[in-house]
Amino acid sequence: MTPEALRERLLDLLTGVAPDVARGSVEPGVDFRDQFDFDSMDTLNLAVAIHDALGVDVPETDYAKLSSLDKCVAYLQPRLAPGP
Amino acid sequence: MPVDFRLPALGADMESATLVEWRIRPGDRVRRGDVVGAVETDKGVIDIEAFDEGVVRELVVAPGTRVAVGAVLARFEGAGTREAAPPAAPAPAAPPSAQPAATAAAPVAAPAGPVPLKGAGRRRVSPAARARASQLGVTLEALEGTGPDGAISLADVEQAAAKLPAPAGGHSMQEAIAAAMSRSKREIPHYYLSLTADFGQAAAWLEAYNARVPVTGRLLYAALVLRAVARAAHEIEGFNGHFVDGSFRPGAAVHLGVAIALRGGGLVAPAILDAESKPLAALMADFRDLAMRARAGRLRAREFAAPTITVTSLGEIGVDTVFPVIHPPQVAMVGVGSLVRRPWVIGDTVVARPVLTLSLAGDHRVTDGRRGAQFLDRIRALIEDPEAS
Repeated sequence: MTPEALRERLLDLLTGVAPDVARGSVEPGVDFRDQFDFDSMDTLNLAVAIHDALGVDVPETDYAKLSSLDKCVAYLQPRLAPGP
Repeated sequence: MPVDFRLPALGADMESATLVEWRIRPGDRVRRGDVVGAVETDKGVIDIEAFDEGVVRELVVAPGTRVAVGAVLARFEGAGTREAAPPAAPAPAAPPSAQPAATAAAPVAAPAGPVPLKGAGRRRVSPAARARASQLGVTLEALEGTGPDGAISLADVEQAAAKLPAPAGGHSMQEAIAAAMSRSKREIPHYYLSLTADFGQAAAWLEAYNARVPVTGRLLYAALVLRAVARAAHEIEGFNGHFVDGSFRPGAAVHLGVAIALRGGGLVAPAILDAESKPLAALMADFRDLAMRARAGRLRAREFAAPTITVTSLGEIGVDTVFPVIHPPQVAMVGVGSLVRRPWVIGDTVVARPVLTLSLAGDHRVTDGRRGAQFLDRIRALIEDPEAS
């Protein structure tokens, strides 16, 4: 998956777990917590969505690495199996 | 036999609501618990569910109409299917002969006759759009949807909001909270207690548990707190129930209200039903589901009306101690502060331990400080020893 495709996919997942977040308003470099009051429940839901959609099981100790869109891409890109 | 489907009271303070949409149309078969539509109250947009089985005969109220609690929203043809409905169900849709008790006294503010519905009566609205519309005070019925199949999207709502003459809406939830809290402070003689729990053992247990299970089964520490409160409230009388008409009515089960902050402001406290009997994993699953639906504006009516005691946590924002205001007609609220590492004395040694400050607001009409201390201490004990509870 290209970083651009991954980014779009993550936006799908993010707006899936936080339907009250407008997709177009997400600032990639800003922590979710600062942008839209993300809390531990949201982070857990995002981790579950990432697991279900991308097959990556993010350990609890790595949740801090999912704290913004840019960080998610950086963390997940190397963990995804190379596509065909 | 036709059965009236009436607007239920979705909380102690609710007097009326605006029908946002129908999700059924005449001829549809509904079963008890099916979501049949959504109404907007001061607390936001809430799904309403059928109380009975039947076939929809008539939609009496059109979307956009404000109706009083108890007003007839729709009529179902219930004959022949009634035996399938469990007898324990709350029954505003009981046969007419059994009707007067709960709902007949409520004035019917809806138009007297059937109202012709615009279109098919079924609007497709994305959850995000619904939540935003509720926040911004936009009436969904008036919108043209530009999404798939004419669905109303977030952009449609925001465009409509931009055209509103003034910054409309948005404050109604705050007003509803203020009204309930004013009543609380006026009527409930609160007392407050607080203690600090050593969360060390629980944190270690939680870490090991979460490392062992797949991500879908992981727990937040809040789940341990919720379970402890539910069990303690079930064990120690005087904290779980409602104060109604001058006396305390204990709840048979613990319907544990959980305060959930909404992005963009506001707060709801729907209930995890029968929390005292749920294992930790089920409690966590319910809590997750509730938080997600609260923020998507998709809570169900009975979750709003049900809480018998509530937990509020402000720990993630760095608050040490919460001094809760009890939500009438409940008689207690438990506050949870930050989970922080602090110096802690074990034996003669000072060690760094994760600790959690728990607080209790109790109602002096029902309990006193001594009973409150027992309750809070029981919660502490259950949290500190997660294996035992």
